[in-house]
Amino acid sequence: MKQRRYLFEQDEHAQLRAEMRKFARNAIAPHAHEWEEAGIFPRALYAEAAEAGMLGLGYPEALGGSGGDFSHVLVAAEEIVLEGKSVGTCVGLGSHGIALPPIVNFGSDAQKERFVRPVLEGKKIAALGITEPGGGSDVAGLRTKAVRDGDHYVVNGSKTFITSGTRADFVTTAVRTGGEGHGGISLLVIEADTPGFSVGKKLAKTGWWASDTAELVFEDCRVPVANLIGQENAGFVAIMMNFVSERLMLAAQCVAIAELAYRETVAYARERRAFGKTLTGFQVTRHKLAEMSTRIAAARALTGECVARSLAGENDAGLAAMAKNTATDACSWVCDQAVQIHGGYGYMREYVVERLYRDARLYPIGGGTREIMNEIIAKTESY
Amino acid sequence: MKILVPIKRVADPANANKVKVDDDATKVTSEGLEWVMNPFDEWSLEAALRLTENAAEKARVGEIVVVSITPGEGDTDHIREALGKGAERGIVVPAGTDEQLDASVVAKILAAVVKKEEPDVVLMGKQAADGDSAVAGTKLAELLEWPVVNYATNIATSDEGKTFEVKRELDIGVQTLKVEGPVVFTSSDRILRPDSIKNGVTPDDFEYADLGDLNSRLSNLKNIMAARKKPIDTMTLDDLGVELGVGTEYVKFTLPQGRSGSAEFVETVDELVQKLQTEAKVL
Ligand SMILES: Cc1cc2nc3c(=O)[nH]c(=O)nc-3n(C[C@H](O)[C@H](O)[C@H](O)COP(=O)(O)OP(=O)(O)OC[C@H]3O[C@@H](n4cnc5c(N)ncnc54)[C@H](O)[C@@H]3O)c2cc1C
Repeated sequence: MKQRRYLFEQDEHAQLRAEMRKFARNAIAPHAHEWEEAGIFPRALYAEAAEAGMLGLGYPEALGGSGGDFSHVLVAAEEIVLEGKSVGTCVGLGSHGIALPPIVNFGSDAQKERFVRPVLEGKKIAALGITEPGGGSDVAGLRTKAVRDGDHYVVNGSKTFITSGTRADFVTTAVRTGGEGHGGISLLVIEADTPGFSVGKKLAKTGWWASDTAELVFEDCRVPVANLIGQENAGFVAIMMNFVSERLMLAAQCVAIAELAYRETVAYARERRAFGKTLTGFQVTRHKLAEMSTRIAAARALTGECVARSLAGENDAGLAAMAKNTATDACSWVCDQAVQIHGGYGYMREYVVERLYRDARLYPIGGGTREIMNEIIAKTESY
Repeated sequence: MKILVPIKRVADPANANKVKVDDDATKVTSEGLEWVMNPFDEWSLEAALRLTENAAEKARVGEIVVVSITPGEGDTDHIREALGKGAERGIVVPAGTDEQLDASVVAKILAAVVKKEEPDVVLMGKQAADGDSAVAGTKLAELLEWPVVNYATNIATSDEGKTFEVKRELDIGVQTLKVEGPVVFTSSDRILRPDSIKNGVTPDDFEYADLGDLNSRLSNLKNIMAARKKPIDTMTLDDLGVELGVGTEYVKFTLPQGRSGSAEFVETVDELVQKLQTEAKVL
């Protein structure tokens, strides 16, 4: 089995991978199954991940980050998935990756100090709240209302499917401060101890078990105006910018999950015997494995190209959407085949591929559905 | 305080099953193996880092020079790794082949490096995870005519390395020694316990995080990037005035027997005893 890397990787990526591998093997892997079954990982892991330099990746040193860019975040996440073997833990630890960028890019210095630094130190948990029970794809149609009252906004409405929602200390929340459509949307940081904020319920899911997901409710929740990120009614652009990087992150997670499923399956097929030979003794298995690695390589190539272009300043939302769909499909297919090659064991909860198969189902839905990706591609191709 | 930490690269002990011997069984082949920093050296590196920092303020207060004697061209990967963890400088000594680098040659090379660098302490692994000879530290001390304390479990100094109080945990109890620098230490894994190192700078009540199964601290990207700017000098055997000359000849290597791979679970102690008697026939 060849260990493939992204074309953009330099020496420091290899070193970073080695450190993250050690962190994941030491702090996550021994507990992966337990945490997935329990539907949560210990809060203390945030501080450990911060100390190991994982949480600060991609954030400036001035804010307590460990520097680097998106490419470093992606390879670190890949190692966490490959060696930690708990996708839920990886995505739970990473929810700040969608919650903080709007604050870093559009927030004031005071807001960065208050919200970004403690998260990178592993002291606070951050979540992003865009999706509502009434709709997720149609972001411009969101209905959670924020009405200005003196120094506060009074927020009413609800959000759902929010990653890390049950224990987030604050939620970067999209609210309607103005009229209909995308021109009336703002981003507010809503702290969990604000009166009127409550966690509706922890949601039971198909996969991503170790990552908690919640419904959030705002009832006359009074949020200081000082928590407004950027200009009022200008939140939509920040949200859209955030989506592009989120999609690449999700694409990279798909590559990592598929790679893990593939590795687990190659190891299994080498050992498992049927009809007097190992499974790899059957040409049909070898070809299936070959096809799995081919699709992973293709997904990795497109995701890597997209990251490289994005780092070079080329913001190609269409290509990011293509990368997400390509990686999503590769991941879903590879995990399905991985279960198939494992036979009955592949359907059993203590096997990693069983869990990956369930984890994989999220990706064509979260961070913008496959259909919405196609809408974006169609729009950027201007048909 | 200036500490010299020698670092050897060894085939990853976690993948020891991939080790092969060559056809005439006189050599272990390194083909396809992943190289890692000798875990025993990592313990010493961590101890050296703790001796030369103010952990409460995350500030370095001393100097660590890591030296790696590397076969062939002089691979610097593991020196870089140590620099990423906090060491200040690296020295690579490209020399010979693995077989040529036996403990006596290594000790001679290190002694020559010590004469150039004049550290207060050499803190090295008690052994290398591949050869397991466990003599290089003692040989080095002999060549330098320095004291040596092996398998240290605690090291404390309050005068920047002029004197040390060192503990060794032995089967018969804990031995406490006072020793004056310059000195050679080798360390036990217990050196990684949160309170094993006292340097008179880090507040005594400072708690190091438990490293779990890690052999030393991790480095973050900021430190990895900073390490790229740290100097690594090359010293050749000529520079050091050392000649290769092997004192050890290996007659034969034999791979450990593979495990039979059968495991059986029993429900009760009675059943276990019965099986040990009738099936395993060991009772
Ligand atoms: C595990 C998990 C974690 C999540 N984490 C977060 C989070 O942290 N923060 C957050 O804000 N959100 C989060 N989400 C929400 C996620 O982003 C949304 O589920 C997603 O955007 C889809 O929205 P929806 O579920 O409301 O589906 P809908 O928008 O109701 O879509 C339903 C179906 O209709 C299709 N559809 C909709 N519009 C069109 C169209 N124009 N053309 C064609 N087809 C269309 C969709 O593709 C989909 O198949 C999470 C979701 C999950 C499952």
